[in-house]
Parts: sequence; structure tokens; C-alpha cells
Amino acid sequence: MSHSGSAWKEWIFTTDHKRVGILYLIGSITAFVVAGIMALMMRIELSAPGGQIGSAQDYNVWLYTHGAVMILGFQIPALTGFFANYCVPLMIGARDVAFPRVNALSVWLFYAGVIVALLTFFIPDPPDLMWTGYPPYSILTSGNTSYYTFTVLLLGFASIAGGVNFITTIIKMRAPGMGWNQLNIFVWCTFAAFLLQVIFVPVLGTAVTMITFDKYLGTSFFNPANGGDVLIYQNIFWFYSHPAVYVIFLPFIGVVFEIVATFARNQIFNYKVCVYGGVWGIVLLAGEVWVHHNYATGLPDWLRVGMMVTTLLISVPVGLMVISLVGTLHKGSISFETPMLYAIGFMFLFLIGGLTGIPLAMVSLDLGFHDNWFVTAHFHYVMAVSGTFAIIGGVYYFFPNFTGKMYNEALGKLGFLLNLIGVNVVFGIMFTVGLEGYPRRYFDYQQFAEMQGANGQMTYGAYFVAAGTAVMIINWLHGAIAGKPCGMNPWKSQSLEWHTPKMPPGHGNWGPNLPQIAPDWSPYGYNK
Amino acid sequence: MKKWFLALATVVTTFALEGVSFAATTKGGISDPAEGWRHLWHEVLIDITIIGIIFAVITFYLIVTNIRKSDDQMGTATPLSSSAALSWAFIPVFLFLADDFFLALKGWDLFRVYRTLPEEGLEIKLEASMWNFNFKYPNGIEVNNDLVVPKGTPVVFKMTSIDTIHAPYFIDHWVKEDVMPGRITHMWILPTKVGETVLTCAEYCGFGHSMMSGKLIIKDPADYDRWVADNAPEPETEPADQI
Repeated sequence: MSHSGSAWKEWIFTTDHKRVGILYLIGSITAFVVAGIMALMMRIELSAPGGQIGSAQDYNVWLYTHGAVMILGFQIPALTGFFANYCVPLMIGARDVAFPRVNALSVWLFYAGVIVALLTFFIPDPPDLMWTGYPPYSILTSGNTSYYTFTVLLLGFASIAGGVNFITTIIKMRAPGMGWNQLNIFVWCTFAAFLLQVIFVPVLGTAVTMITFDKYLGTSFFNPANGGDVLIYQNIFWFYSHPAVYVIFLPFIGVVFEIVATFARNQIFNYKVCVYGGVWGIVLLAGEVWVHHNYATGLPDWLRVGMMVTTLLISVPVGLMVISLVGTLHKGSISFETPMLYAIGFMFLFLIGGLTGIPLAMVSLDLGFHDNWFVTAHFHYVMAVSGTFAIIGGVYYFFPNFTGKMYNEALGKLGFLLNLIGVNVVFGIMFTVGLEGYPRRYFDYQQFAEMQGANGQMTYGAYFVAAGTAVMIINWLHGAIAGKPCGMNPWKSQSLEWHTPKMPPGHGNWGPNLPQIAPDWSPYGYNK
Repeated sequence: MKKWFLALATVVTTFALEGVSFAATTKGGISDPAEGWRHLWHEVLIDITIIGIIFAVITFYLIVTNIRKSDDQMGTATPLSSSAALSWAFIPVFLFLADDFFLALKGWDLFRVYRTLPEEGLEIKLEASMWNFNFKYPNGIEVNNDLVVPKGTPVVFKMTSIDTIHAPYFIDHWVKEDVMPGRITHMWILPTKVGETVLTCAEYCGFGHSMMSGKLIIKDPADYDRWVADNAPEPETEPADQI
């Protein structure tokens, strides 16, 4: 079975990890475009005070769709769906994942979840809760909260299926001779991210199921009139959803590590500290910081102060990973193809995002910043934009691997430039607006008329991002259909996924024999 | 190696001592949390700007000094020795920890100011609903959305909601706290400047969320007393008078 000339059926019923990965990629990029259009519509709406192109109700639906689809339909599936599926078996020298059929089920569930999410546009009472789904609003609203619940549950099952699969694959199916300290950083990051998913996704499932029960079956988990408590939901929700940030963060910084190592042709700086201090330090702290999402909710003061300390401590493992990432440039041999430009862009965007997280971690400053645009700008820099730069860079990086063809380098760089300018205009200005006190999730700003200038400028930034994204999609489509053949290992990487007998790799990845790993082999062994 | 640790110890001790001394100097009188907020934000802004510039300059420097010169050039880094690897772990960890605990102490100190309700003050009951803030004064005055308070007197809010979660947010005072059915939450502000600032809702509450807004009107005590006299509810006529 080869990649070219296959029937639809072969793709839909495929159990090949590479095809499952590509299906994830197509679905998640579609989700990205839809949620991106929602963002653009919000930006046009906000370009002047008063209604521009829709009502407050429309705006709330766009806002819901933008958040829920970007996180659940784009970032998590692109990272733990596409990159994990496509890269992990190749990087560890396996023929496929441990449970290929469970893998196929997971991609079907993912598509079902995306379809339910997109039905938002076709039902008469679309959900207008935010992606966080806080009760009592999610229970009181006339919007159809069940679409939210089923999106979350379907994508959650997809994640758990993937998690079980990849944890098993990485433990049991590494190529003969491959030790734990010879793994790619991305493999470590995926392993840790899926461990978090398997532990925490069921908690999210519980939270949204309880909402559905309260709304449709008359239970009172969150209804104080019958002895329930509103805040329980927020605790359960963020107990999952903060670790979910690391489920996104770990794979995307993993992708950036792969790009930087290849384009700097260098070994990872302080590999073991990066893995055992950085990656596993984050796993250790992931479940102990969630109250920083609830600093202004009236939770007990001692809890807020305690979680301020744990939240600030997150800077330690993240800092170690950043030092390893930057250190990998030292004595490197750096070239600047499109993937590397995105990786370099990532380093600066992530730096801004990470540092602006420090004041937000401090409970007293957060009483001022909470739910205001400073927060929105912060999490877009640290997760949304950084993560998307990593994903885009990663898709460009692996593009020759999964298509066998090369994209257009000039178009790639043009798209990067447009995106970089655009995101900084939008979110850089957003910080300053947040410092004036402007709250998030506002359809209109009559009481903040002085914000009009800044809002108009941000909308121009959004046009840049839209143009950059369009250039990028055209480049990918054109490259996949009519790109020049890339030959074997175009980036001259040492990592195993570039050393398959064919490019793109055939079914079963390796020829008759699995690769044999020598004790001194490293995926980053450039200095030999 | 010894010099390194000496320098490190000095930095850590300085950070820690300054944090402790700051925490110990909390004033006994009423201090304005909003003033503390602005002060702390400026300190943290300096802190993160310095860290940011250090990282950005190093990254930029490493990029421009390691550009590939020929197509077959490889990176030349060699594995770190164990002591170098551990130093590159423990020194940054200690620096990060020092800064973290320093910031945590400062953050906690200001948080105490925010969360310690002044005993003498104007206590106002706030009941939020979609999409309205209702304020009740101790003397029976009831207003919606536009709150009038005297300069110089702390205002303490006891707050709840009758439908969903809202968050009254006094923009100029950098404070907010969620209100929700089934719980009573509290916060306080110290009005220090005569004038009008925005009060708005910070927690998403549906269709009218962005319109759920009012003003905080701070008056001189004399003006405030006049306002109270003009707006005080009619005293209820005693049944005895009618007989």
C-alpha cells in the first residue's frame, strides 16, 4: 500500500499511524481555519463601538466557537493527534503504534467531535456558554449546552484512546537497543502529555456530564437552591483544564526542540536536565496550580496564596526547558528555512507570554488583571500564538516527510512575516488595553469609548494574520499537489524519522529489518 | 566553582532578605490596596523586563554568532561534563526560586491588604443580576449601577447574585471578586480621588455582559452628605402618629 493513488476507503478505514496522523492534520487545520474566521469576525465586530456585523448573541457564539474549537479541535488534535501519530513511531523506530485499531477509532471520534462542534452553525439555538462552560450560566442559557458536552466527550475519548496507545507504544515498541536517554525530546514530551491526558481528561468528562445532568435531567450539583455549589464546577473544570495547558505546551515545545536541533545541527543542550527536570517537573506540578484560574472567585484565601506559590514554581521547569532550547543554538550551525523562522519566532513570543504570566501568577495583582484583556493577551502569547507557531513550523518541517515533496520557501517566509507582524500588532496592543482595565468577552465598549483607536489597530493586525494564514494554506496545498520531490532527508537531520528506506515512509515504515540502535547513537548526534 | 556559589548565595540572600523586610513593614493604618497594586505592578514590570531582556539578548546573540557558513557545516557542541550539567541545572533553579519566593512574599503581602476588611467603613450590600448591580446602603438608600461613595472612607462590599456569576470590577481600584448564587463574597476599596470611574462586569454572563456597567462616583464628604440627605428614603410614618 503506497501513499499515492489510494481510494477513499483505504484512507477512512486506515490503521496506518501515518495516515491516521494526516487525517488528524486535515481535520485540525480545518478546525483552525473555521475558528480563525470566528476570530476575524470578532475583530471586525470590535473595530468600532456598537454593533458592526452582528448582535451580542452572534458575538457570544463566535467567541464560544473560537475558544472551544481552537483548543479542543485544533491545538490538542494537531499536537497529540497529528504530530504524535505521525512522528512517534518513526522517531522510536517502530512499524506502527501498539493498538492500530484503537488509533483508527480515536481519529473517527475526533472527526465526530469536530462535526458536532461545527453543527453549532446549523442549529437554531447554538451554544453561547464560553469554552469553560461555567454554571449557572451554562444551565440557565437557552443555548444548547449539550453540543458543548458532546464535543468535549467525543474529543476526550479520542484523547484517552490516543493516550493509552502512545504510552504503551513508547514503553514497549522502541527499536532494538534504543534506551530512554536516546529518545527525541518530542517523544518525551508526548509521553508526558499523554500521561496527563489519561489522568485528567476523565475529570473534564465528569464536569461537563454533571452540567448536562443539571440542565437536562434536573440534578442539582451546581444549584445552591437545592444544596449544590456553583464553585465545585470551576474546581473540577480547571483541575483538568490547567494540565490541558501542559498537554498543549509540552508537545509544542517538543516540536520546536526538533526543529531547532535539526536547523542548528546541534545536540540538545543539557538533555537530561531538560527531560528529567523540565518535562517531568511540569508533570509533577501540573495538577497543583489550577486555582490561579480562580483567584477572584471567592475561594478561601489560604488556597489562593498556596496556589500562587505553586504557580510561580512552574517557572522552574519551564525555565530549564527554555535554557536547553536556547542553549541548543550555542556552537550550532544555523540556517533559516521557514520551519526555523517559526521556531525562532516562537522563542521570542513564548518569552513575552511566559514573563507576562508572572504578574498573573501573583494573586494580588491578578485581582486587578483577572478576566481582563491583559490575561487574554498573555494566554494568546504563551499558548495560542506560540503553540500555533510551533505547529505551523512543525508542519513545514515534516512536510517533505509526509508528502515527499517540498513547499515553496519564498511563500513560506512571506507567510511567516505576515503572521509575525499580525500577531504582535493584535496581542501587543491588547496588553496595553488590558492595562487600561478593559475586560474580556465584551461585545461592545460604550463605557470604554477611548479604546476605539486601539481596537481599530488590532483589527488591522488580524488582517495580516488572515493574509499570512491564507498564504500558508495555499503553499501547503500547492506543495502537496505540485511541489518538487524533496529527495531523501532534505534537512540532513540525524533523527530516525528522516532515515526510513523511502521518503515518504512506506507501510510498516522500515524495510524487512527494524533499525538497530547503537549504545552511543543519538537523534541529535551531529558532532561525530 | 566556589566563586560561583558565593555570588549565588549573595543574590539569593539579598532577594530573600528584601522580601522578608518588605513583608515585615506592613503599615498599621489603612493602606490603599489600589496604590499597593500600582506599586507592585511597576516592580514586577521591572523584574520581568530585566529577565526578558537578558533572555532575548542571549538568544539573539547565539543566533547571529552561529549562522551556518557552508552547506556541510555541523554544530560542534559536546556533551556537558556532569558538574557543568548540574551547575546549569542548580544555578538557574536557585535563581528562579529566589525570584519566585521574593515575588510570592510581595504578592502575599499585598493580598493581605486586599483581604483584610477595614473595621470602620461604609458597608454596602451588592446584589447582582442579569444585567444590573443593585447596591443597598446601611441607611436604606438603594441605587442601581451608579454607586456614590465619600472620599476617604473605606467601602466594604458584601456581595451575592440572584442568577448567574458576575464580577463587579472597579477598574480604577484594580479589584474584582465574583458574585454567585448561594455564596456571599466580599471585597473593599478606598476611594481616594473625587471623580467618576468605571464599574463593570468581568465575568461572562450572557447577552448583556458588556452592557452590565455603571459608575463609581466619589464625592467630597460634604457633597456626599448632601447626596445622602437628598436621596434618603422617606422615614416610615409611625402608626402611633396616625391615631
